[in-house]
Amino acid sequence: MTRAGWIRVALVAGAVAALELATRAGWIDPHTIIPPSAMAAALAGLVVSGAILPDIAKTLSNVAAAFVLSVAGGFLLGLVIHAAPRLRRALDPLLATYYAVPFFVFYPLLIVVFGMSDLPIIVIGFLFGVVAMIIATLNGLDRVPRVALKVARLARMDAVSTALVIKFPAATPYLFTGIKLAVAYSFIGVIASEFILSGAGLGYAIAYAYNNFDNPRMYALMLFILVSVTAVNMVLHTLEQRMLRRRGLVR
Amino acid sequence: MTGAPAWQRYGDSVALLAGLVLLWWLLALWAGEEALTGPAETLARARELAGSRRFHAHVAESLAALGYALLLAALGGLALGTWLGVRPLAGQVAEPILVALYALPKITLYPVILLIFGLGLPAKVAFGAIHGVIPVTIFTLNAVRTIRPVYLKVARTLRLTPWQAFRTVWLPAALPEIVSGQRVGFALTLLGVLIGEMFASQRGIGFVIINAIGLNDVPTIMAAAFLLAVFAATVSAILLKIDRALHRRTARA
Amino acid sequence: MTLAAVAGPGLRAGEAHAALRGVTRIFPPADRRQAPVHALGPVDLDLAHGEFLAVVGPSGCGKSTLLEILAGLSAPTGGTVTFEGAAVQGSPPDGVGVVFQEDASFPWLTVWDNVAFGLRRAGVDAAETARRVDHALGFMGLTGFARAYPAQLSGGMRQRVCIARTLVLEPRLILLDEPFGALDQQTRLLMGDELLRLWRDTGATILLITHALDEAAMLSDRIGVMSARPGRFIDMVATGWPRERDSTIVADAAFGEVTARLWSSLRAESLKALGGER
Ligand SMILES: Nc1ncnc2c1ncn2[C@@H]1O[C@H](COP(=O)(O)OP(=O)(O)OP(=O)(O)O)[C@@H](O)[C@H]1O
Ligand SMILES: [Mg+2]
Repeated sequence: MTRAGWIRVALVAGAVAALELATRAGWIDPHTIIPPSAMAAALAGLVVSGAILPDIAKTLSNVAAAFVLSVAGGFLLGLVIHAAPRLRRALDPLLATYYAVPFFVFYPLLIVVFGMSDLPIIVIGFLFGVVAMIIATLNGLDRVPRVALKVARLARMDAVSTALVIKFPAATPYLFTGIKLAVAYSFIGVIASEFILSGAGLGYAIAYAYNNFDNPRMYALMLFILVSVTAVNMVLHTLEQRMLRRRGLVR
Repeated sequence: MTGAPAWQRYGDSVALLAGLVLLWWLLALWAGEEALTGPAETLARARELAGSRRFHAHVAESLAALGYALLLAALGGLALGTWLGVRPLAGQVAEPILVALYALPKITLYPVILLIFGLGLPAKVAFGAIHGVIPVTIFTLNAVRTIRPVYLKVARTLRLTPWQAFRTVWLPAALPEIVSGQRVGFALTLLGVLIGEMFASQRGIGFVIINAIGLNDVPTIMAAAFLLAVFAATVSAILLKIDRALHRRTARA
Repeated sequence: MTLAAVAGPGLRAGEAHAALRGVTRIFPPADRRQAPVHALGPVDLDLAHGEFLAVVGPSGCGKSTLLEILAGLSAPTGGTVTFEGAAVQGSPPDGVGVVFQEDASFPWLTVWDNVAFGLRRAGVDAAETARRVDHALGFMGLTGFARAYPAQLSGGMRQRVCIARTLVLEPRLILLDEPFGALDQQTRLLMGDELLRLWRDTGATILLITHALDEAAMLSDRIGVMSARPGRFIDMVATGWPRERDSTIVADAAFGEVTARLWSSLRAESLKALGGER
């Protein structure tokens, strides 16, 4: 591991230890925050008893679906929009303001359209993630070096192979940014909708625990979300670093 | 990106908007009154809301919370991001943590925020600020870190003091990306404040929306969302203009 | 292959304006799988007061590395650097101006403000700043573009902005890293004349890195020829030109001799550099 990696681990461990100390010593009201060890114990208990496994399965599969849809959809839409500069110019202000609109207000509509199922929640996750991917794709395509496109033209490559062999690899660093954001927004969209609107999933379970003053359960679930988000991020980060290093883009 | 006549640029945007409204109208027809209010009814309800004194009080409340939250997010993110950008090791240590926090559905933290701040303005501000401060920090960090090294070499050969170098080289070199970050930060801070209002408050637009969701008052939901979108779009458009101007000036052929 | 310090004409080593002694630079590996890169040296070099020295060498031999060490921008792995009698340690001393190999014009400032940048930071008053900037823009052929931004200029014009930005400060030691690389041959010759005139007028010491042998031969008092990486001086050619000279010297018979000698020193090294790269 790198030096920065060790420092990061030490930092996080230190913060956890400090929180543990502060809660154990009573500097922080145990009704507000419980010790991290208690959170972990509660989480272990929940997992062993199997009580939250259905919620976990539901949430993670919804996140995965929203993620795949937003990455694939965002990339394709990005390609289309990039090829149509007029459409793009008209769309730009809309894309820029997109994230200020709270989508879950459309939940009632989505239920009418898709019925009472997981679909409305996946769609909200998708709506959150897709625009980040579109923006990243456009960004990446903008930064394909002009000379690389000239090389493609000299080699008489057609549009499809130019996209696959030149544009896609050249844009990869930016696509990665989009993919990371799409993961983040898929999590946020799915769990937020569960929290606010739904009757199942981790988001709902947290809200339910909170309303029943069940702090250990609430914090255990938060810990689970934190850990799974971090794990996914670490995998992506490793892949990204490998790609960037190969291209000499890591300083 | 440039070169198209103004009438075409605005014409295209207007056409696109018209298309979206048409889609909305068709969708409303198809889904029915109780799921989605059509454009005309939404506009009428929005007018009604905009004219009511009670709604004005909610707007004032939301704007105040947004103002404080933006101040915290924008300045805090700028300071933190700059510091992390200038210190390479600190930046490397912090970035993955920031990204993980960014991806965390912060709504799940809302019980903690409530437990700490209680109901009311501070909770809303805190909620808005934690949504906005992370993207602003990440953007600023990257902006500062990716300044071309040769600019910093110039600053060193001219023997600028650290403050001079910061003011005349680091900041202008990073400004376009910093403004982009503030743009994203604005949108997310607004979202955070709204979510905060939905749960941690009896006042503000967010409360109006959650209340309407509870009553299944679709016209009010739509009208409030519509007014919000108009507000967000206006501010974003202004920031986008600044953003564009800065990027265009520094774009290299 | 002599590594001995080569002093400038008629000057003893102790009087050098700037000097390198046993300077080396080894870049640490980026990750465990790579080996460290021995980029430079050991190099000894004396720059006499008011001397015009050119450095030529195969690509990647450490010329830019040498320049950055002399400028105090990076510390040598071994050896010492002195400028005007004081040791240079990790920060650029006063009186040194650098023109970088890459485009270093600030895209957020107009051409005029770019050129005025250093003067303003140094606290030169507005009238004097305006006078010097306008003069510099004039001889760099940029007068019509004073209000333009670098993004609106060609690569060669941007490089001229950077040259002007450095020269208006009237540094006592001017370090130029392939400053004319982006210019066409004719502009190169004319810019060379301008540089020579400025050199005569100010009495500055100049170190010019270039890949054009004729440019080196035309402009300088001495030409240091560097080996393939790790770069060392393998030859030091004194041209013997008079101080009053300009680009018409290319027609001189001696000019051909100088370039021929440079090429014969360099040919083997360039081949080596290419072979090593493969
Ligand atoms: N930051 C760095 N990290 C690792 N190696 C480096 C670094 N900078 C330069 N090098 C290595 O040092 C060697 C010399 O580089 P330098 O830039 O001084 O060459 P140069 O003579 O200026 O070449 P050119 O004529 O192409 O500009 C190169 O082989 C390069 O691989
Ligand atoms: Mg070089």
